[in-house]
Amino acid sequence: MTLQPIIEIENLHASVEGREILKGISLSVAPGEVHAVMGPNGSGKSTLAAILAGREGYAVTAGSVRFLGQDLFELDPEERAREGLFLAFQYPVEIPGVNSTYFLKAAVNEIRKHRGAPELDAVEFLALVKEKIKLLELDESLLKRPVNAGFSGGEKKRSEIFQMAMLEPRLAILDETDSGLDIDALRIVAHGVNLLKRPETAQLVITHYQRLLNYIVPDFVHVLIDGRIARTGGKDLALELEAKGYDWLLKEEALAA
Amino acid sequence: MKDADLYLRQFDHLERQAAGRHPAWVFPLRKAGLARFAELGLPTTRHEDWRFTNLAPLAQLPFRPVFDYSRDGVSEAALGGFPFAGLAGDRLVFINGHFSRELSAVRPHPGGVRVESLAAALAADTGLVERHIGRYARDEACAFTALNTAFFTDGVFLHAPAGQSLPDPVHLVFISTEGSAHPRNLIIAEPHSRLTILESHVSLAQAPAATNAVTELVVGEGAVVEHARFLDDRAQSFHIGTLQAHLGRQCNFLSHSLALGARLSRYNINTTLDGEGVECVLNGLYLANAEQLVDHHMVVDHARPHCASHEYYNGILAGRARGVFHGRILVRKHAQKTDAKQTNKNLLLSDEATVDTKPQLEIYADDVKCTHGATVGQLNQESIFYLRSRGIGLETARRMLIHAFAGEIIDRIRHAPLREELDRLVWNRLEQHEQVCLTT
Repeated sequence: MTLQPIIEIENLHASVEGREILKGISLSVAPGEVHAVMGPNGSGKSTLAAILAGREGYAVTAGSVRFLGQDLFELDPEERAREGLFLAFQYPVEIPGVNSTYFLKAAVNEIRKHRGAPELDAVEFLALVKEKIKLLELDESLLKRPVNAGFSGGEKKRSEIFQMAMLEPRLAILDETDSGLDIDALRIVAHGVNLLKRPETAQLVITHYQRLLNYIVPDFVHVLIDGRIARTGGKDLALELEAKGYDWLLKEEALAA
Repeated sequence: MKDADLYLRQFDHLERQAAGRHPAWVFPLRKAGLARFAELGLPTTRHEDWRFTNLAPLAQLPFRPVFDYSRDGVSEAALGGFPFAGLAGDRLVFINGHFSRELSAVRPHPGGVRVESLAAALAADTGLVERHIGRYARDEACAFTALNTAFFTDGVFLHAPAGQSLPDPVHLVFISTEGSAHPRNLIIAEPHSRLTILESHVSLAQAPAATNAVTELVVGEGAVVEHARFLDDRAQSFHIGTLQAHLGRQCNFLSHSLALGARLSRYNINTTLDGEGVECVLNGLYLANAEQLVDHHMVVDHARPHCASHEYYNGILAGRARGVFHGRILVRKHAQKTDAKQTNKNLLLSDEATVDTKPQLEIYADDVKCTHGATVGQLNQESIFYLRSRGIGLETARRMLIHAFAGEIIDRIRHAPLREELDRLVWNRLEQHEQVCLTT
């Protein structure tokens, strides 16, 4: 197996409504790796996640992103998902009237179809649900409800990881999955994510706080400040940030400028 | 009005034809209807209740009531091709407002339940019809009701005596093929009876046709009635419908309007909550595209205390279609503890589709809970992105959301076979309209 990177971000610049948010990000993630992207509020973390998933409203002004060797920006959001990119949303949207089971079965089968695998019938699908839902300690009755409707904050986040388990992505981007979670829910979510780790998949964990990284241990930590990666290091960098705060890096940035 | 002569000539024809067939009291009723119609004339947009619905194209259509029954080429196969053909229960077929015995299937019912054509009931003249017809749908206020009273041909006469119930729905199939039809239904659910009625209005007309249907419904104390009106007319047809429901103490009334198309359709739903403890739900879904106009106009008259009324109407408009929703809630002085709620939501699938929604609350009691809300909007972009981010294509995502919007209304249909078929029907229709609905 060649070690082609799963995703290669090169000098990515992007803006929203004319304001530049990402100012030249380069980042490469190889199979089997877990990368954490940390940074203070407004540093561009969630913008990076949104652009990778294909959300509208962002203008990429320079740079490139290759996903499994393809130009990511040539792909629609659904094509990215079918190729194996998954975004666990920071704020999963409630969709009244769309049944969770129906939605998830459609998603699973779209992705299987794309990979040339036969579609799952109702029985096979339910067997897969039963297997995966246990990982997240979620109640199966949630699947009878509309997508995310009436789910608690913790249930929404666990449900995102459950969807990830169902869709088996090559690259999972977790956008502040830890926000709003109590410690027990955080442990469950992290446990689920860790069980989904494979030699051929990778994870990009976006977080403000270090505490998630106690449970999902990154190989690399990137600190994003004002749209640029200010520093890259190992998992110890996260601990250093926790101890010293982002101010420490912000000051160094200011000195360097 | 300028064509008054035409209406008069047609009326003379009807009078000669029906002489001796109907009891003596019918003609004064009809004449009063005609006089009232002549006085009112067809409403114009200067009339507040018709502000958003211009009837000029209907007024241009020659007034040609269909006086005689003709099967007019309606085959069993054609009948089987209409929705709900497989529904269990009695089926009464009316072609251009005339009962078709050969195409209908009505079984005898125990307990004195009568399911028959109104013309047959009139001919038998049991007194029951006379006591009720024209007592609820009042000609004074509406030109179309007056016109119907003058020219009605046939419809259903359904009478459930106290405590009786029909387990299956009664399906009324109104087929228009030409001219103008004036069906009239009289449905009486005596105290503690239970009925489900499906009124479908469909068409095989090749040229513009017009329907002006009136249903009078009396729901007695503690009775439970579900009435669904399904409209799937031709793209060039005009359709005016009126439901006048008189609701007695502690009854439960569930009304659905499922309007899938006509060039111009207007459904007047007038309910009088005339007993304490009534529960009334008016539920509706309208789909329109191209140049269609679909108008729902309702009056919920809270005349007694402790009643609850809820209106839920969702509309999906594509192309250059127009939707109109006018919901008036009247709470009379003595109707304390009224709980009235009205919701009208509209989904516009194109830039050229429009909707006029007008809530109107008139409250004369001081201890009531009344709310209303209307929304007009497009599909939620966040929801679409979420679905797409899971591998679901843009078109499928849009369809899922549209279906969900329709599903909110369909889910309120209590009779399961009806609900399930309607769900499939709306789904298929949205798929058919895909080019119009989903490519914008």
